[in-house]
Amino acid sequence: MRTSDFINALAADPVPEPIRLGRRVAVALAIGLLGSVTLYCLLLGPRPDVAAASGTMRFWMKFVDSFAFALPTLLLTLRLAYPDAKPSALALWLAAPFLLLAAGVVVELLVVPQSEWMSRLMGATAIHCMITIPMLAAPILAALIVGLRAGAPLHSGLTGAIAGAASAGVAALVYASSCPGDSPLFVATWYPLATLICMGVGALAGRWFLAW
Amino acid sequence: MEAQPIKGLKDDPWSRMMTAAIAGDEGAYRRLLEDIGRSVRAMARGAFSRAGVGDADVEDAVQETLLAIHLKRHTWDPAQPLGPWVYAIARHKVVDALRRRGRRRVEPIENFEEFLAAPEAEDPHALSDARKLLETLAPRQRDIVTSISLDGQSVAATAKRLSMSEVAVRVALHRALKSLGAAWRRSVE
Repeated sequence: MRTSDFINALAADPVPEPIRLGRRVAVALAIGLLGSVTLYCLLLGPRPDVAAASGTMRFWMKFVDSFAFALPTLLLTLRLAYPDAKPSALALWLAAPFLLLAAGVVVELLVVPQSEWMSRLMGATAIHCMITIPMLAAPILAALIVGLRAGAPLHSGLTGAIAGAASAGVAALVYASSCPGDSPLFVATWYPLATLICMGVGALAGRWFLAW
Repeated sequence: MEAQPIKGLKDDPWSRMMTAAIAGDEGAYRRLLEDIGRSVRAMARGAFSRAGVGDADVEDAVQETLLAIHLKRHTWDPAQPLGPWVYAIARHKVVDALRRRGRRRVEPIENFEEFLAAPEAEDPHALSDARKLLETLAPRQRDIVTSISLDGQSVAATAKRLSMSEVAVRVALHRALKSLGAAWRRSVE
């Protein structure tokens, strides 16, 4: 077929309603977050000693870390939904949560005797954390993928993986008040592992649902 | 070559034409697609020749790019210039086309702007695979696409011939174009 003929068909196709991707992704996030919080309320709830824990710096660092990770990954997800995405400056912001986490780990190693390092790292609930964060992330990731389907990401797997990371970041924020492990050693080990699981699932979902 | 995007300005001709097209100006949309097609053709020819691949699939890459742009045009952010959005999609599709021809390592295509200065007209003898992909459509959809593209019939005339409403023809056309996009994608994998 000649291109000029092909253009006849394209020009005759009705114009769709313009879509604002930013709004789509925001709505998707809100719906996913609602699902995640519902799961939290039904299955988890705050940890029994939450009042005592909330007096400690370690407890609040989990929220700060999670937020510092969730925000740039969410913005990056939205950016990747455009084919002409230039993630450069935003990608640098991703260093923030890791620097925060690393600083926390250094301080923890300085203030805690070496004999306790391993028990702090393992916590009481490592496996629980690895399962719970992906579970709380699932509704967020699903909603983000549905929202992103309207977009035009060139790298569907990567976009899905970053959406997975963002969903893990938001899920960690939801989970933080239930998770009994506060030590930066615990957080720096298990939260990123849980995030990697979400990123893997996100990459697969992206390849399946975001290619166009 | 009356229209060339000016970098960084959303008031460039392509962005203006696309804005008009989304507002329903079919003529502006047709001119825009012709224009983009000429630039993508120049880019594809350059990339194909650098990769040592013949010109045979150039028109395919052009049409696939135009279809991709078409199917996602309503998600373009009008606050951003259209040019970079188009280049990104075109680059991606041309690289895909080269991979399909067995080129595993494809040099990245950078200077799209260069091709804007030297748009290339269509070779009247170059035909694309779109015809072959049309075979994958349902008969009614194929009939509608062929009628409007190859035979140059209007939607109204096509609707009359098939005793359908114009809306139904446009809906069927849209579905057909979407499946064509999917068929093209599958042919890459």
